Amino acid sequence: MADWSGYLNLILQGALVTAQLTIYGSALALVAAFLAGMGRLAPWRAVRWLSTLYIEFFRGTSIYVQLFWAYFVLPFMGITLSPLAAGILALGLNVGAYAAEVVRGAILSVPRDQYEATVALNLTGAQRMRHVIVPQALPLMLPTFGNNAIELLKATAVVSLISLTDMTFQAQIVRAQTGNTLIPFAMILILYFAMALLISAGMRSLERRMTRGLDGVR
Amino acid sequence: MTAPIIRIKELDKSFGTLRVLDGLSFDVMPGEKLALIGPSGSGKTTILRILMTLETISGGHIEVCGEQLYHMQRNGREVPADAAHLHHMRRHIGMVFQHFNLFPHKSVLDNITLAPMLTKAEPRARAEARAMELLEMVGLADKARAMPSQLSGGQKQRVAIARALALQPRIMLFDEVTSALDPELVEEVLLVMKRLAAETDMTMLLVTHEMGFAHEFADRVLFFDKGRIVEQGPPDQIFRNPEHERTQTFLRKIIAAGHRV
Repeated sequence: MADWSGYLNLILQGALVTAQLTIYGSALALVAAFLAGMGRLAPWRAVRWLSTLYIEFFRGTSIYVQLFWAYFVLPFMGITLSPLAAGILALGLNVGAYAAEVVRGAILSVPRDQYEATVALNLTGAQRMRHVIVPQALPLMLPTFGNNAIELLKATAVVSLISLTDMTFQAQIVRAQTGNTLIPFAMILILYFAMALLISAGMRSLERRMTRGLDGVR
Repeated sequence: MTAPIIRIKELDKSFGTLRVLDGLSFDVMPGEKLALIGPSGSGKTTILRILMTLETISGGHIEVCGEQLYHMQRNGREVPADAAHLHHMRRHIGMVFQHFNLFPHKSVLDNITLAPMLTKAEPRARAEARAMELLEMVGLADKARAMPSQLSGGQKQRVAIARALALQPRIMLFDEVTSALDPELVEEVLLVMKRLAAETDMTMLLVTHEMGFAHEFADRVLFFDKGRIVEQGPPDQIFRNPEHERTQTFLRKIIAAGHRV
């Protein structure tokens, strides 16, 4: 049994890589989502067009293909990324495209009354977004952002394809070396689930904090 | 002879094929208190929304404080106003809405200080001191830290009035400000507006179904029907002795519906 502690350690190291991918990927997805989601509502046609192109392209193509591009094709264009960076880039941009539609939808669902009040108070477009519209749209985005983050967590498994030693990759190593399938895969199943629970709990507490004081009627 | 603070000339407004304002012209003098009355759909709210630049116009001209609202000069030619010009013009005008439109995520105090701090770069301390004065005036100084959801409709509307006043506009627009309130809450809002009318020299345009209040508040009453002014004059004349048959019919209906005149 002494061997097992080493193998389990290997899987835990993989869990760390998975956590890194999830955290950095989510951060990139968040930035991409706000840029593209608000870009689709921008008063400039070129910005709207670019945002739509990004969203449709990354939603419309496979995460596998995007990952392979980031890692194997970009070097031909002179951009060489580490496996971790390529993974974060592909995951972040992919999930960001979905989340961009969440941002756009939430912003559009803030009542028109609120927009009119900002006009009457002579706020600029940027002030209106920053101080009035986005703070009210955020609580509406959070539940779906939670879904998106969990989707991203689960999608991290694909990075084993570019030789990144994430949790799934390590589980396969352990399986290959010990011949035991149940233990490594049961372990990563539990670990994925625990991480997803953590994301859900975090999102719920964020949501509670943000909706404090807001009208229940909305 | 002072010049009018608002000049509306040949104003047209259509929504699709529906003509809401039809070649409308009237002037408002500085400090004048104007009541706009008429059946719903007569275009009176649309006039306020156009003055607040919440709608576009279909034709005509509006001058506010001596400058064109929806037009500007470029290379000696008149062109439609751009966003910067509208921003420049809006500082003259404030508006109070039927449904208050307070920001639900901000405290009463922050609702009032937001615009002065952002648009006039007022330091927080000064904006808050001024906001407290305004809350004092509307009788809600003790609610400064409350959230809008904790207030009654009448209190919300008084906060909304304070919020609009914080920018010190020269013209205030009141769009059916008591229509969304429970009857027992109407009086507290009207009281605030009466004080405001008595104590300031602001120009005020009021769209209302409260005929008794319009009578007391206004220097001049404009009766609208189908996007045109049917009749206008001092409140005594319009309410006691209307010339036009449509005005008479409208006032009869309003009285029958239980409103005081």
